Amino acid sequence: MTWEIVIGLEIHSQLSTNTKIFSGASTAFGAEPNTQADAVSLALPGVLPVLNKGAVERAIKFGLATGAHIAPRSVFARKNYFYPDLPKGYQISQFDLPVVGNGQIVIQVPAQGKQTAYEKTVRITRAHLEEDAGKSLHEDFHGMTGIDLNRAGTPLLEIVSEPDMRSAAEAVAYAKALHTLVQWIGICDGNMQEGSFRCDANVSVHQPGTPFGTRREIKNLNSFRFLEQAINYEVQWQIATLEDGGTIQQATVLFDPDTGETRVMRTKEDAHDYRYFPDPDLLPLEISEEWKQQIATTLPELPHTKQARYQTQGLSAYDASVLTSSREIADFFEAVLATLSPDPSPASGRGEQATKMCANWIAGELSAQLNRDGLDIAQCPISAQQLGGLLKRIADNTVSNSGAKEVFRVMWAEGGDADAIIDAKGLKQVSDSGAIEKIVDDILAANADKVAEYRSGKDKLFGFFVGQAMKASQGKANPAQLNEILKQKLDG
Amino acid sequence: MFESSLKQLGDALRAKKISSVELTQFYLDRIARLNPELNAYITLNPEMSLAQAKAADARLATGQADALTGIPIAQKDIFCAKGWLTTCGSKMLHNFVSPYDAHVITQFNQAGAVNLGKTNMDEFAMGSSNETSHFGPVKNPWDTARVPGGSSGGTAAAVAARLCAAATGTDTGGSIRQPAALCGISGLKPTYGVCSRYGMIAFASSLDQAGPMGRSAEDLALLMNVMAGFDERDSTSLQRDKEDYGRDLDKPLSGLRIGLPREFFAAGMGSDVARAVEDAITEYKKLGATIVDISLPNSKLSVPVYYVLAPAEASSNLSRFDGVRYGYRAPEYGDLTDMYEKSRAQGFGDEVKRRIMIGTYVLSHGYYDAYYIKAQRIRRLIAQDFVEAFKQCDVIMGPTSPSTAFKLGEKGDDPVQMYLSDIYTIAVNLAGLPGMSIPCGFGDNAMPVGLQIIGNYFDEARMLNVAHQYQRATDWHSRAPQGL
Repeated sequence: MTWEIVIGLEIHSQLSTNTKIFSGASTAFGAEPNTQADAVSLALPGVLPVLNKGAVERAIKFGLATGAHIAPRSVFARKNYFYPDLPKGYQISQFDLPVVGNGQIVIQVPAQGKQTAYEKTVRITRAHLEEDAGKSLHEDFHGMTGIDLNRAGTPLLEIVSEPDMRSAAEAVAYAKALHTLVQWIGICDGNMQEGSFRCDANVSVHQPGTPFGTRREIKNLNSFRFLEQAINYEVQWQIATLEDGGTIQQATVLFDPDTGETRVMRTKEDAHDYRYFPDPDLLPLEISEEWKQQIATTLPELPHTKQARYQTQGLSAYDASVLTSSREIADFFEAVLATLSPDPSPASGRGEQATKMCANWIAGELSAQLNRDGLDIAQCPISAQQLGGLLKRIADNTVSNSGAKEVFRVMWAEGGDADAIIDAKGLKQVSDSGAIEKIVDDILAANADKVAEYRSGKDKLFGFFVGQAMKASQGKANPAQLNEILKQKLDG
Repeated sequence: MFESSLKQLGDALRAKKISSVELTQFYLDRIARLNPELNAYITLNPEMSLAQAKAADARLATGQADALTGIPIAQKDIFCAKGWLTTCGSKMLHNFVSPYDAHVITQFNQAGAVNLGKTNMDEFAMGSSNETSHFGPVKNPWDTARVPGGSSGGTAAAVAARLCAAATGTDTGGSIRQPAALCGISGLKPTYGVCSRYGMIAFASSLDQAGPMGRSAEDLALLMNVMAGFDERDSTSLQRDKEDYGRDLDKPLSGLRIGLPREFFAAGMGSDVARAVEDAITEYKKLGATIVDISLPNSKLSVPVYYVLAPAEASSNLSRFDGVRYGYRAPEYGDLTDMYEKSRAQGFGDEVKRRIMIGTYVLSHGYYDAYYIKAQRIRRLIAQDFVEAFKQCDVIMGPTSPSTAFKLGEKGDDPVQMYLSDIYTIAVNLAGLPGMSIPCGFGDNAMPVGLQIIGNYFDEARMLNVAHQYQRATDWHSRAPQGL
C-alpha cells in the first residue's frame, strides 16, 4: 500500500519585545523565579491587560514578510482553562479574528544527498498574538509544585500552516525557513533551547486520492532533530496501525526523546471546552494602512527575494538557500562580493564567476570550518574583507586553489591578510610561461618512455605529467597554464 | 456637622474651623456606635485613616488643598487599596491585603481625601440586597428589617446613616442606583469608560463602572471631578479632556426635554413608587421642563440579556480565584483538581456559584451562539433604542427600582424576583450610558423612592444639573433616617 504523509505545523514564536504582551514586566530569560511577575503577571484582583504595541508591530512584520492579509481589525479572545501556571484561569489569545491570515512561504527542501534542493510553497493559514503561560516546577519542592510566573505574559506569535507538507524533511525545511525568517526580520531571537521557537506537528497519513486521515498532534518539539524524529516515528506508527487493521484516534501526543517514541497525552474525548469569547478588557486591535506602510519600510530584503536574486546571478538553488540561511550569512556573502567589485550593479562585470566563487567559498570552506569549530558566522575569525582579499588573489591567478586553501587555514588560525600570507608562505603561483616551459621540458626529458606511451594513445598519462610538473614547481605552477603548455609539447 | 455638604466641609477644613483628624475621628466614633447594627463596613483601619487625615492636615496647612482634601470618604470593598484588606464581600478574599491601589483610590489619595474604611457589598457585586456578602447583610438605616439594596449596599447605608461624608460604589446592572434609591441617597453611574476600572475587582468587565454616591448632586459633582479621567492601565478607559462636572449645576432647566419611556411606566412598578416618580415629573414641569413620550421597545429584554452576558464575563473573571496564589485555599485537599474544587466550593457563596455556572453554560461549545452571540446582538438593539430616544429628549426619567426596600430574606429563595429589582437600571449598563438615582419621596412603608435620570453619553454634567435643580426645589435628599 502506498501512503501519503500529511503534516501541518503550529509554531509558537516568542516575540522579541523587552516587556510582556499585556504589562510592563521584563521578558528577559533566566531571572530568579517570579522576579519578573508584576501585578498583571500574578493576575491580582482588579488588574487589567494593556496591549504592547511592539508585539503588534512584530506580527505585522511577519504578515508583510509572508505576503499575508493583515486584518484591519482583529480581536483578542479568552481561552478558559484552569492550570496553576495560568494565573488568570484564561489565556488571552486570538480566536476567530486573528491579526494575520492567508500568507505563504517558499521553502527549499534539501533532497537526499543534500547538494540539491527543490522548492515548495507552504501556505500559512493564520498567525495570531497570544500570551505565554508560566512554568510549573515539579522538582525540589518535596512533592509540591512550584510556580514560576516570569514567563507568564511573554508575547507569542502562533503561526499555523496549512497541511501542505508531505514528509518530515519538508516539515523541517518549513520550520527552518520560518526560524530563519523570524530572526531575519528581527521579531524573534530564535533561541530554541530557551523555548523561543517551539513546534507542534499535526500528522496524518492517507492513501492518495482518499480524504485526509485522522491527525494526531505532537506537542512542544523544541529542536529540528526532535521534529524530524517525532514525525518519522509517528508516521511509521500510524501506517503500522492502519495496516494492522486499526484506526487512528484524534489525540494530542508527546514525543519522548529518550525512547524516540510518541505517547498519548489526551484524546479528543477529554479535550477541553475552552469557552472562547472576546476579551472585554481589550478593545479590538485596529491596524491602519499607514501603520502597515510605515512598518513595511523597515523590512529588510527577504530571504526568498534574495535567493531569487542570487539565482539570477548564476547561483544554484541550493547555494542560494545556504547563503540565505541566515541574514548574517547573506550579509557576509554580499560584503565579500562587494570587496571584489565595489559596484553591485549587474552591469559592473562583477560577473557570475566571481559570484560563484564567493558562494563556493562561503558555502564550502568557510561553512565547514565554522561547523568544525562550532561557531556561527557572527563569530567568524575571518572578516569579509580578509576573505575578499584572498578571493581576489585567486581571481587574478596569484594563488592556485590549493594554495588558497593553505592561505585560508593560516588566516583562520593566525589572522593576517591574504597578500602577506602568500608572501610569507611562498604560495605565489608561477605564471611565467618560460619557467613553466622549462619545468615541462625537464619532466618530458626525464620520462621519455612515458612520452612514447602517451603518444601511442595512452591518454591517461596526461595526468601523470601534470602531477610531476606540479610537484617540480612545488605546487606553484598555474594549473591552466601548465595544462596548456604540456598539451602543446605532447601533442604539438 | 454630618449634615454639611462636601463643599461646606472643605471650606471648614480650609478655614481651619475643623481639622481632618477631628473630622475623621468624628466619623470613626459614629461608625463605632452605629455600624454594629448596620454592618455597612467590612474593614476599618483607624490607624491608616488617621494617618491620612494627619497628612491632609499638613497639606491644608500649606494652603495647597484640593476640594476633597481632608474629607473622609468610604470606599466600596471592591476597590484595591494598598495595605487594606480588600475582600469584595467574599470569603475567597477574606485574607487579601492589596499590595496596590486602584486608579480610583489613587485619585482620591492624590486629592488628599481620607480613606475612612471599606464598605460592605454583595459578594463580587452579585446581588441586589447585600444579602450575599460573606460578612453578613447590611441593614437599611431607614428600617433595619429591610435591605439597603445592592450591590453597593454598604456604601448606600453608610451615606444614608451619615457614617461617611460620601463614598464610592460600582454599578454593573444597577449596583449604585438601586441601593441609592432604597437608602434615599444620590448616586451616579458614569458613562462606561469615564472612571478607570484598574484595581476595581471585575465582575462583568463590559458593564462595570465606578461612580460616586453621596447625599446630593452637588456632592457627586465634586466626587466625579476626582474619580473621572483617562488611565492608560485600562484599555477601555476613554481619553477625554478633564472636565468640571459641577460647571452646569446652576443652569436653569427651562426648555429641558424629559423623555418618559412608556415601557418603564407599564405594569410592574409599585403604585407608591409610581406616585413619587409622577410627583417628581410634575416638579420638573414646574422647573420649566417639557415631557416627551418615548419608547425603548427592546428594554424588556434587558434582564435576560444581562443574565447571559454578565455571568459569561464573570465566569471567566472569577477564574483567577483558584487558591493558588492568594486568597482562600481549602485547608485539606487531595490532588490539584480537588484543591481547585474545594477552594472554590468553600470560598464562593451560592449566588456567585450560580452565576459562574450560568456563565460557563452560555459560553459552552454548542450554546455560545444561541446565548452569548444572540445576547450581544440584542444588546446592540437596546443601545440603539436609546440613540433613537435621545433624538427626541435631553434626559430620560423613570423609576430606579420597581419597589422600595424589601425585607431581609424576602427574596432570598427566588433569584429571578431578585434579578427583577434591576429591571429599570440594567438597560443603561448594556448601552454604556450614564444613569443616576436621586431621592424623590417615600413609599407606603415610609421607605425612600428613587428617581432615575438617564443621560446621553458623557452628559454627566447635564444630569447633575438636572438633579441639582430638583434638589434646590425639594428636600427629599436632605431627609435623614430617624434615630441617628
